[in-house]
Amino acid sequence: MSGNITVTIISVAAYFILAPFIGGLLAGIDRKLSARFQGRCGPPVLQPFYDVFKLLEKEPVTVNGAQDFYVACCLVFMIITGAFFFAGLSLLLVIFTLTTAGLFLVAAAYSSNSPYAQVGAERELLQMMAYEPMVLLTAVSLYLVTPIYDDYGSVLHSFNVIDIISHTHVGVQYLPGVFIGLLFVLTIKFRKSPFDLSMSHHAHQELVKGLTTELSGKTLAVLEVSHWYENVFLLGFVFLFFANGTALMIVVGVIVCLVAYFFETFIDNVNARMKWQFAFNASWIVSLVCGVVNLLIIYIAVIYFGWGV
Amino acid sequence: MSYVTKSPWIIHYDGSSCNGCDIEVLACLTPMYDVERFGIINTGNPKHADIFLVTGSVNEQNISVIKQIYEQMPRPKVVVAIGICATSGGVFRECYNIMGGVDTVIPVDVYVPGCAARPEAIIDGVVKGLGVLAEKRARLPQELADERARRAESPRDEDDTTEDVITVDVAGGADAAEKGDA
Ligand code: SF4
Repeated sequence: MSGNITVTIISVAAYFILAPFIGGLLAGIDRKLSARFQGRCGPPVLQPFYDVFKLLEKEPVTVNGAQDFYVACCLVFMIITGAFFFAGLSLLLVIFTLTTAGLFLVAAAYSSNSPYAQVGAERELLQMMAYEPMVLLTAVSLYLVTPIYDDYGSVLHSFNVIDIISHTHVGVQYLPGVFIGLLFVLTIKFRKSPFDLSMSHHAHQELVKGLTTELSGKTLAVLEVSHWYENVFLLGFVFLFFANGTALMIVVGVIVCLVAYFFETFIDNVNARMKWQFAFNASWIVSLVCGVVNLLIIYIAVIYFGWGV
Repeated sequence: MSYVTKSPWIIHYDGSSCNGCDIEVLACLTPMYDVERFGIINTGNPKHADIFLVTGSVNEQNISVIKQIYEQMPRPKVVVAIGICATSGGVFRECYNIMGGVDTVIPVDVYVPGCAARPEAIIDGVVKGLGVLAEKRARLPQELADERARRAESPRDEDDTTEDVITVDVAGGADAAEKGDA
């Protein structure tokens, strides 16, 4: 047991320390790739770090004190989310903490009177409504394909990340639909076109910078770092579909995560921004067609035919 | 070393102009010139910007717009006037509604003349601006401390932080205006 605790502490600490580096590097690679897609040379890979350090050097200007507090909470909850995840705790807990972090960001935007931030906040809420069903479906599906046994030999299922990654099932084998659905909503979570409605990384849009319009200097830097944490943890979600406790699948999982990130960057570059109605309808339809159907099949297999038990 | 020179974010405003310089500024973003390789991003948001690019001259109606954008930018910040219109009023100088160059309203750090200024010249101007930006960055902590001390000495209303900045800036602008008229 004490061995387990040591592993848990190490992986949480590794997340806490390494995630910003990995997240920042991913963001840099993203920008470099995007530039290449567009036939440009692009900024150095370390550019996101320069940006954040620059923001830390700027004069502190805030519209109100509450905003800084909310953004700080967003970072803290994002770190907690990832910590729960890498500690191997329940996926449901992880998802709800993630939502809390998102809500703090929305609160930060609402706390200013800027119409751009307000509209951004509203769109962010719509985006959350769009992706949340699929994220929950993912948790439930992974739960169903992770049978564990209690001391008396009867079957339980588990939401715990640690059980999911150490279970011999490779999730994606049974849940291809759910995996596709998750990749689809990840486009929203990574804030990529066509779904970067509430806050765009690209210049000149009708919302200025949406959610982040009123954030500047250190506050913006904090938000940027929390995105890095978030991105790393979201790729962890992708990883869950591949892990089965063997070293080979760990390598495969990491490679698939990188490919998924590349894919999202690609999608970002070949799409224009859509209206929120499209984002909403499309993600619910995909959740329904890919997610629910897949889940239903697995559910029937497990409950009526005792599959995997 | 200051990171502000490695990641200068830009906001661009086009005043009374023929839009020639305006287009040239945007041309800097294209694959041909690709200013993003210097970490330059064209933000649409003054609160995220470090460098204020102004093209075109100042007329009676856009004075307040230019002032507002300038005041909303957190320090350290630099203003680059692009094209002869922004520098001195250019071909529009004699018009009844034109004040002249941008320096009649806000302090300008770098002038990039030309009609239209070429993208190479614009990039060169921005790079010159980076030097000024680094100097301003070095002075910033002292400035902030002074302001805090001043505010502690003569406390006014609660929310006068931005007003402080505005007073300083308008004074600078007025100075420049006198010079411009002379
Ligand atoms: S300087 Fe020349 S090209 Fe530029 S805005 Fe003025 S008139 Fe147009």
